Amino acid sequence: MTDAPRSYAVAAAGTPASPPPEPGLVAVLRRRLFATPGGAIGSIAILLGVGLAAWNLLRWGLFDAVWFAPGGAACRTASGACWAVIAEKYRVILFGAYPYEHQWRGWVVVGLWIAWGLACSPRVLNVRTKLAGWAVVAVASLVLMRGGVFGLAPVTTDLWGGLPLTFLIFGGTVAGGLPCAVLLALGRRSNLPAIRWICILTIETVRGLPLLTVLFFATLILPLFLPPQLNFDKLLRAEIGMIVFFAAYAAEVVRGGLQAIPVGQSEAAMALGLGYWPCMAKVVLPQAFAIVVPALFNDIVRAFKNTTFFSILGLFDVLGATKTALEDSEWMRYGLEGYLFVFLLYFVICSALSGYGASLERVARRSKREAAR
Amino acid sequence: MRTDPGIGRAMAVVPPWRDSKVRNVVWQVLLVVAIVAFGWWLTANAVDALDRRGMTSGVGFLDDSAGFALGSAFFEFPRGGTYLHAFAIGLGNTLVLSLVSIVSASILGAALGFARLSDNALINGAARAYILAFRNTPQLVQIVFWYTFFTLMPAPRQAWSIFGVAYASNRGLIVPAPENGAAFGMAMLALLAGIAVAFAIGRVDDRRRRAGRPWRHSGRAKALAIVGLPLLTWVVLGAPHAWSVPHPRGFNFQGGATLSPEFLAIYFGLSFYIAAFIAEIVRGGLVSVDSGQIEAARVIGLSRRDTYAKVIVPQALRVIVPPLAAQYISLLKNSSLGVAVGYPDLFSVANTSLTYSGRTIEVLCIMAAVYLLLSLAIGAAANLVNHLARIPER
Repeated sequence: MTDAPRSYAVAAAGTPASPPPEPGLVAVLRRRLFATPGGAIGSIAILLGVGLAAWNLLRWGLFDAVWFAPGGAACRTASGACWAVIAEKYRVILFGAYPYEHQWRGWVVVGLWIAWGLACSPRVLNVRTKLAGWAVVAVASLVLMRGGVFGLAPVTTDLWGGLPLTFLIFGGTVAGGLPCAVLLALGRRSNLPAIRWICILTIETVRGLPLLTVLFFATLILPLFLPPQLNFDKLLRAEIGMIVFFAAYAAEVVRGGLQAIPVGQSEAAMALGLGYWPCMAKVVLPQAFAIVVPALFNDIVRAFKNTTFFSILGLFDVLGATKTALEDSEWMRYGLEGYLFVFLLYFVICSALSGYGASLERVARRSKREAAR
Repeated sequence: MRTDPGIGRAMAVVPPWRDSKVRNVVWQVLLVVAIVAFGWWLTANAVDALDRRGMTSGVGFLDDSAGFALGSAFFEFPRGGTYLHAFAIGLGNTLVLSLVSIVSASILGAALGFARLSDNALINGAARAYILAFRNTPQLVQIVFWYTFFTLMPAPRQAWSIFGVAYASNRGLIVPAPENGAAFGMAMLALLAGIAVAFAIGRVDDRRRRAGRPWRHSGRAKALAIVGLPLLTWVVLGAPHAWSVPHPRGFNFQGGATLSPEFLAIYFGLSFYIAAFIAEIVRGGLVSVDSGQIEAARVIGLSRRDTYAKVIVPQALRVIVPPLAAQYISLLKNSSLGVAVGYPDLFSVANTSLTYSGRTIEVLCIMAAVYLLLSLAIGAAANLVNHLARIPER
């Protein structure tokens, strides 16, 4: 069956086509800004409002701002922003309580993540190389942060913080959550009622709870339910909470992909003598993933944004580290500047991630169109 | 038809460990047994741990007096109130906060969604910039930013005056408020009821029009329900019209109602963030309406307004409602971020209670159950709306 045409309007032979839009800046402005009286009023109002706001922001953030103020003295008399707070505190914001003399390790970790992220963004490397690279980056980051080998001084996890910690939480959530999500999604579509119901119950319960609740369960209740000799540190417990939450949401996305694969595919695989697991691994899941990856990027971006929840648990991700940095009474009053910097930092990273997801979606749509042709 | 005896014999000799039916049952039984055993082991550990710490369990502590005070919000917590009372206050604060945030996020989101479809480059661009900025940053960073913004405001003496009727300072936003808040609240509830009645009238009217018996006064009846019900409630309650307007006095303000920095931070954080997502949903819904439908509406001479009201929006609604409900649920769940700024919502109250009572398991389970019920309730409401918005088919 073909899709119904989007439009039933037919350009009759006798009617002239609408004239091409007039070229020229004035014409473009008239068309895009002042097409109707209402639109013109809206344009002028927005121009005035945005202009006024932009002028005030520029005055505060640029013209009257202080960029350099050792000790904060120069900031106190200024009427504008005090960006000196960032020059003063960026080490705490980026690395938290990590020992100062070892912070070069943090720089290396951040550099590795950004470098490999950039290397993966053009479509040159294949998926296997990308994933292997990420595994290497993750192991290298853990080794660098922990220390204790290759002559690196050991650093305990309670001192980890800032951007390296945020990256590690994020990487761990996605790497640990995706396999769980696939299992939950397969379980939810299973023919075996016990498995199906267990998966439905898990997914729906976790999705009905705030992430904070899941994290509190993981950090406060888990230690009570495990024998004392099996206790591991708070960071890992919180990470388990993140993984469970991510898995429940991603499972629904993966399930959407599984549903889009025609039954004929798995029936054909079974007819060839493949068992359940080979059929899923070789036939159904690869196709489902190809469909689902762009949509998964919404969850992946959300996982990155959710790393900030660790600051509520008293752990020092970028937000938590910034909070401690701005507790300094000298610099407390410049909190707005500090948080604007953090806002921008997250904005850049999340925009890059979601931009990459959107580009995958465009590619998928294009290849689908070409296949249909 | 005669079955081949050979096949029958071959099937009969399949050993039970190769029979898929048997294997399915065995796997499921094993899984359930493993889960039950794991649960048993966890519980035994917890009982051990509690014994070792000399802690008791149970929900009896709910009747004990809670030794803490809560920040002020919509509902006040009396000194020495019980834990149960504290939970109720927290739940009330969460519900009111979520409700007002949902209303403002929806209005702002819908406006942004329509703006994204505007031909006007400026309106379109402004909406696009807003959506990009607020979608691509963590909600918690936004909440903490707003909190810092409000707490770093000047002291009441140098408060920002907003047309001389409202004041913004580091104590929060002081706004004019009706002196008789209860009557005003009742009138607001009546307004909600009025909207529901108007909606019902619309449904009845639709049915009658399809049957060829349109009701000419339906428009007036709807207006009467929406305006009349709250007005009637207000008059019945004695038509109180005194407004308390704040004015500066000494180091503080007199009169008016205070919206605390904590409330403003979480309210802005929830509404502005979710509005960006709602905008994309609304835009997607409007775009999804087939252009043939719009052309047809124009051909039969419907005005621009009627094209939107009768053709585009009803069809877009079917696409919009399910993801919109997911956003509402997300907003409700993320109202728990109030704990980051000290707004006494359900999560903050639970957090304080578990520190004071030491009943970690019980407190967290109660809180989780309440959030789960609320999420399910919104989901059920969305299903109902979706059912009402569907295309009636034979």
